[in-house]
Amino acid sequence: MPENAVEVRGLVKRFGDFHAVDDVSFEVSRGEIFGFLGPNGAGKSTTIRILCGLLSPTAGEARVGGYDVATEAEQVKENIGYMSQKFSLYDDLAVEENIDFFSGVYGVRREIRETRKEYVLKMAGLENRRGDMTRLLAGGWKQRLALGCAILHEPPILFLDEPTSGVDPIARRTFWDLIYQLAEAGNTVFVSTHYMDEAEYCHRIALMYRGRIVALGAPAELKRSLNLPSMEDVFISRIEEEERRTA
Amino acid sequence: MRSRIREIVVKELRQALREPRMRALLFFPPVLQLVIFGFAVNLDVNNARIAWFDGDRTPASRELRERFEGSGYFTVLAMPRRDREVRDLLDHGDVQAVVQILPGFARDVDRGRASVQVLVDGTNSNTASLIASYANQIVTSFSQRATQARLDRKLGTSVPTNILPVNTASRVWFNPELRSRTYFVPGVIVNIVMLVTVMLTAMAIVREKEIGTMEQLMVTPIRPVELIIGKTVPFAGIGVVNMIMITLAALLVFQIPFRGSALLLLASTLLFLLTTLGLGLFISTVSHTQQQAMMSTFFLFLPALMLSGFAFPIQNMPAPVQWLTYLIPARYFMEIVRGIFLKGTGFAVLWPAMLALAVLGTVILSLSVMRFHKRLD
Repeated sequence: MPENAVEVRGLVKRFGDFHAVDDVSFEVSRGEIFGFLGPNGAGKSTTIRILCGLLSPTAGEARVGGYDVATEAEQVKENIGYMSQKFSLYDDLAVEENIDFFSGVYGVRREIRETRKEYVLKMAGLENRRGDMTRLLAGGWKQRLALGCAILHEPPILFLDEPTSGVDPIARRTFWDLIYQLAEAGNTVFVSTHYMDEAEYCHRIALMYRGRIVALGAPAELKRSLNLPSMEDVFISRIEEEERRTA
Repeated sequence: MRSRIREIVVKELRQALREPRMRALLFFPPVLQLVIFGFAVNLDVNNARIAWFDGDRTPASRELRERFEGSGYFTVLAMPRRDREVRDLLDHGDVQAVVQILPGFARDVDRGRASVQVLVDGTNSNTASLIASYANQIVTSFSQRATQARLDRKLGTSVPTNILPVNTASRVWFNPELRSRTYFVPGVIVNIVMLVTVMLTAMAIVREKEIGTMEQLMVTPIRPVELIIGKTVPFAGIGVVNMIMITLAALLVFQIPFRGSALLLLASTLLFLLTTLGLGLFISTVSHTQQQAMMSTFFLFLPALMLSGFAFPIQNMPAPVQWLTYLIPARYFMEIVRGIFLKGTGFAVLWPAMLALAVLGTVILSLSVMRFHKRLD
């Protein structure tokens, strides 16, 4: 495993004339919680999808876990867990059946499947609802179950695309506790969000706007350098400057 | 590899068969359709409605009418007196044909030069030609008897002569009563199995795209071919069960003969399913939503139905259209199913059609696998 979990250099993704990702470069080191901040349509999801091997980059290079996402997508997939914006478990399967299914497709070894399942059920707080249909779960539990299913195969790098959107504040808090646990256990967590308070929880953040990274650094560092009290102010000031620059 | 495929198969079957309503939807409508369509697909003419315009009103003309009524093919619904009434009856579709007998019919019969006019509504050409041919048979036999009577009168004794020296001795094989239903019901089976399996496969994959689970599956180490096998095997199973159920329904409800080997039918069904599942898969690779998949299914189903020889004999089509039918898998399965049901044809005769299904199935499945990437763009 190389020093950096993620390395991105000059990444570009064009859809026709539209530059969804426009010359983006950054690194994420191992064990880091790296936040991707920005308004809707800034290119966060597109970047994450490229890093997961779901989209191919138009130009530039991206390596995840040391593997090139364009040419070694399958090796990348063995090292990552991905949770998409949309809830992506099967509503018409029971909680336990979803876990069993993803254990199977991720190729989790048989002898540890039961242990992993119990871990996920405990983590999601669903030990007593293992037989329930997934569609009956409330938002927060669904989210935690989705996270659990994405880490069944113990991937060292996790991509979470707006995992807490549409979830109540308490459930969001619980979810972030889980993210901290995972990072403490040595996992790299790459998380996108548009909640400012969540930005504060990250070790480092990249602020993305119109396909470009307009600020990059630790939250405290960014606030200090711009002499602003909150991440929200940082966010607004950077975007206004970017607007002036391109106007 | 095998265990990952099994995971998907188990998951698909759980999703498809868990709820009683879904189970009923998978198996009941095909049987119901077979029964309804089986009753509907009938081109036989029994009891054609006719009008009788009798301008002669003699024992001879009455005898001819009795022959029509006694034949079992015709029911005389009206006895119009005027030409206008005849027109109206045909215009409104109240009758399918009008038999017109001119004044002096009996006299002309005696002289050996009578004629009967049969006006047939030709809107449905098939029914019309059947009616014309039945009417012709009755008039011929009437005319035969009248000639015999004339001869007897001339000679003063009754000498049975064979007036028409040549007779056609037709024996109909495979469907001796010439029931059109016997011919069509096996074709209905083919259509139902085709529609159900193409649609189920296409929908099952596109649904995962719609709800976002496909994206989740794409980031797992699963290989496209594993995903495809896992997603199609359950529907092949459901297709085979459907095939068995509707075949039994056809045999029990419509007394369709089954003269060939059930095992050969099963083997051919599996080959046919290769093509329908492949087609379903192909549709799923070009559709983003379930509506698109549904539309594409129907768009492809119609030509398959028309060009399969289900209703319209392929030999009657112009050559370029006939070439086109070679690309339609249903064409071969139609031939196999009819052969096995009605003729008891064996492998020795059916192998080219089976080979064609195997080739088409392999081609379309490979195409779909090639189109099926683990990327979103």
